[in-house]
Amino acid sequence: MFPFVNTAYFQIPAITLLSASILWLIYITTRYLRNESRQQQRCLVDQINALLPQTQCGHCGHPGCLSYARAISTGAAINQCPPGGQHTIQALSDLLNETAEPLNPSHGNHSEPLIARIRELECIGCTKCIQACPVDAILGGTKLMHSVIESECNGCDLCLEPCPVDCIDMVPGFTGKQWQWALPNRSDAVESEIGEQV
Amino acid sequence: MSLLSLFHRSTNRRPSRNPGRHKIHKIVGGIKPAANKARSLRSRIMSTPIPEMLVLPLLQHKGTPATPVVKPGDHVLKGQKIAAADPRGVPVHAPTSGKIIKTGQCTLPDAAGTLVSCLMLASDGKDEAIETGLSGDFRNMSKVDLVERIRDAGIAGMGGAGFPTHLKIQTSTASDIATLIINAAECEPYITADEALIREHARDVVKGAEILQYVTGAQQCIIAIEDSKIAALAELKLAIADSAIEIAIVPAKYPAGSEKQLVQAVTGREVPFGEFPASIGVLLHNTGTAFAVYKAICESEPSISRITTVTGSTLKTPKNFHVLFGTPVTFLLDLCGIDRVLLSRIVVGGSLMGNCLHDMDAPIIKTTNCLIAGSLEEFPEPLTERACIRCGFCADACPVNLLPQQLYAHCRCQSYQQAKDFGLIDCIECGACAYVCPSHIPLVQYYRASKSVVFQQQTDRKNSEKWQSRFQFYQYRQKRESEQRIQARAEQPSHPQQIAQAVFSREKARQEISEAVARVKARRANLIATSTLSSPSLSSPSTEPDEKP
Repeated sequence: MFPFVNTAYFQIPAITLLSASILWLIYITTRYLRNESRQQQRCLVDQINALLPQTQCGHCGHPGCLSYARAISTGAAINQCPPGGQHTIQALSDLLNETAEPLNPSHGNHSEPLIARIRELECIGCTKCIQACPVDAILGGTKLMHSVIESECNGCDLCLEPCPVDCIDMVPGFTGKQWQWALPNRSDAVESEIGEQV
Repeated sequence: MSLLSLFHRSTNRRPSRNPGRHKIHKIVGGIKPAANKARSLRSRIMSTPIPEMLVLPLLQHKGTPATPVVKPGDHVLKGQKIAAADPRGVPVHAPTSGKIIKTGQCTLPDAAGTLVSCLMLASDGKDEAIETGLSGDFRNMSKVDLVERIRDAGIAGMGGAGFPTHLKIQTSTASDIATLIINAAECEPYITADEALIREHARDVVKGAEILQYVTGAQQCIIAIEDSKIAALAELKLAIADSAIEIAIVPAKYPAGSEKQLVQAVTGREVPFGEFPASIGVLLHNTGTAFAVYKAICESEPSISRITTVTGSTLKTPKNFHVLFGTPVTFLLDLCGIDRVLLSRIVVGGSLMGNCLHDMDAPIIKTTNCLIAGSLEEFPEPLTERACIRCGFCADACPVNLLPQQLYAHCRCQSYQQAKDFGLIDCIECGACAYVCPSHIPLVQYYRASKSVVFQQQTDRKNSEKWQSRFQFYQYRQKRESEQRIQARAEQPSHPQQIAQAVFSREKARQEISEAVARVKARRANLIATSTLSSPSLSSPSTEPDEKP
């Protein structure tokens, strides 16, 4: 610095700038930390609910998937969801760090996805199934034939029970299930050899 | 000449030694397997005789199946449309003249062995073609008109994926296309359909490429071909002599002909994750597709046949066939003199990415480019899988720069999220990693299985989100309806005094109304009485204003 330059001229803006940048740093750090803690506190119920298949079938004994998620978060068993099957149980056990027990057969068995189909000649148009359908997938009016919108049906079979003439069948239909490549199968000897090395 | 000029880059560049030859960028990884192509190229393309029965699946492409427009018992002519399609699909045409016997189901020659509905056509041997409109010069037609004609001709991508060509063109007209690449880099072993096609019909392919360039509005059109295809390359050079089309000679390396790899080799740009090449201004069409487009526009012949390689060591005379769609696989194999004792398995597609045929009677469809009838020597039983020794050969071979050994570890213990983080979805399933693996691990099978699980999970999640939102609306609606019911009940009088009051008020209202009506009647009578004296036209009762009670 040259001796004839008065350094006092630079002091005020320098101090202002420095303090402003420090304040800004403090601000973004606190914001970051607050977000982090919010992330951690994200409702456990939401996380459980995201793993359930959302068929709202009530086989678990709870009215809808959200209430089952609430029950799980307060300690209910995780093996009561037949539509989810072993896949869902595994995912729940990973999330909650519980043992993945096989599906409790008292709540029903896991099956390939089915959809409801109304035998339309027999339908009397009582609208009871329409009221029971949790995803509004049945169309029809009073004393008129009802029909299932197959693309919206989730196969919860809640419409079967209220039907007075039993004209609804559960049939395999297109539910987004695609053909899959199978994992290569290996003999046990190979498995043990690989198991030792991996 | 000064020394400085050595360091200066001359603005007036020396003309290239190979005019019309495109610069090629490096292809990452890749392998050089035995090509096994020569045996099917020994003879010229042979047109098959017309089989007695043709099986025509209604879904030979990606998209929605076509709907039949003919009934069993109808007589159809060659080239007649027998199934129409919605805008997301392509129609099906009769490959020869004959009678529709019945509608039924058949197995597709794909990996899943999908059952689809089909039409059975018994040929009458006359091969009568339907009358078609005259075809003029394509440059006089509008682009919309040309796309319409390509769609009506039922053309779907002939490289193997079978994406409807008109959809590809339509997406390209939405975004700006700078480069159109005609993919003649048939890098997979055994397949020679495109090479044979160029060897014999190079001019038609070039014409088809010109039509595609005109329709897509691409600034440049490049035909990408491998350097090993010498005869085809020579023919192609002659054919492009008087056109603006360039040739890009890519090294003979597998998988140079894969869509994304070829784009990278020719343009030097990488296709972004989850996007089509059109997003970077590049469009790819197969050689067979270009030929089909030429046939459709210039010769008014819809897509009813293709070139298919039929090869393998169990055949006496492997060759390329000009085969009608719907021809059963067995018919072709018998034409080549198959030795059924030696036959071990039939592979559809190349030996690296192909799949086993499920049903010998499956028909040739728009995407069937090759059939390999292999012996046990040619396709031996897979060797026992050994442990991964982390040699890293697979990582060197991977054309998409993935780490196959890491992916394998994650797929094996079904940690799909980790596998996705390592780029599982980017895998093009070329099989180069499994080819070089010294432990004989069927790596691609692991990736394919894991990928289908991942995709299934995605659809499941989408479905569950949909059901959840519908259920939430259902709950909201129920709540709203019950509230409305309660409100309605609350508004209805329930107390006896209230009821009495309500009855009273209703009676009072009725009385008021009847009084008002009486008043109106009296006034009307009065008016009529006065109007008969002055003017009768005023007596119309409708002109009278109603008095409100």
